[in-house]
Amino acid sequence: MHIPDGFLNVATVATTYAVSAGGIGYAVKEVNKKLKEKQVPLMGVLAAFIFAAQMLNFPVVGGTSGHLIGATLAAILLGPWAAALIMSCVLIAQCLIFQDGGLLALGANVFNMGIVAPFCGYFLYKLTTSLLGDSRKSRLIGGSIGAWGSVLLAAIACAIELAVSGASPWAVVLPAMSGIHALIGIGEGLITAAALSVVMATRADLWQLPKSVKRSEV
Amino acid sequence: MKWWHFALIASLLLAALSPLASSSPDGLEKVAENHGFLGQAHSAPFQVIADYVFPGIKNEALSTILAGLLGTALIFGVVYGLAWLIKRRRSGQAG
Repeated sequence: MHIPDGFLNVATVATTYAVSAGGIGYAVKEVNKKLKEKQVPLMGVLAAFIFAAQMLNFPVVGGTSGHLIGATLAAILLGPWAAALIMSCVLIAQCLIFQDGGLLALGANVFNMGIVAPFCGYFLYKLTTSLLGDSRKSRLIGGSIGAWGSVLLAAIACAIELAVSGASPWAVVLPAMSGIHALIGIGEGLITAAALSVVMATRADLWQLPKSVKRSEV
Repeated sequence: MKWWHFALIASLLLAALSPLASSSPDGLEKVAENHGFLGQAHSAPFQVIADYVFPGIKNEALSTILAGLLGTALIFGVVYGLAWLIKRRRSGQAG
């Protein structure tokens, strides 16, 4: 859902740039406080994986495709602020080098996929694991629900920006964007759960499973 | 080899699969097309590796693979470097 230039009006461009710039600045501070040494390579590898996976559009319905956003995966493994930083780097590179997403729309794209998506995904993940109890299974369920919700919420944020900008009326763009992304989000949920299973099977220590869970479930 | 070497290689292999990706429009593009505002989109004022097609290479699959490999390696380097710098700054302050 990389927005190209031309869809957003000046007010939306300015607002989303300001919010995203503030968000990135705060994310740097938070990562500065919390990042552990062993998480440095994980940041790089996750960004590389997300970039590569975003190139792999999968078909959805009616001649539409979707691709992973990856924000929830990163947020679950490294926290939402580190995820915001990773997503911002990916989106900036996509915009500047690959002309994927507009230059003026970059602020909105960072806001939708770099801020809304990781925080929404992380919140739903945490909510699920606290409701179901922290286990291997509940983490995968929470990851899938979080991933699905992150795509839906990012799409709604995108629709709001388009409607506010006058690109398309509210009554049209809001249901259209949320409808198709509710489907694309299923792919996000499946890929996120698969990636989390791989991490759990190979490097559970990176994902700080509590001891009891490690013993009984992993 | 460390675990993340494998993870990076896996990501590069994933990028090499990019020619297999669906070429259908994505969710937003489809919505814009169906509801008549796709025409409002401007193309970028400059092009580097536009649309993941490495310039100057005729074979489309090969040029996409190259763009994917380059982007994946680059983004790994940038984010690893950034995380390292952030970490280094904290270590400096902590002393």
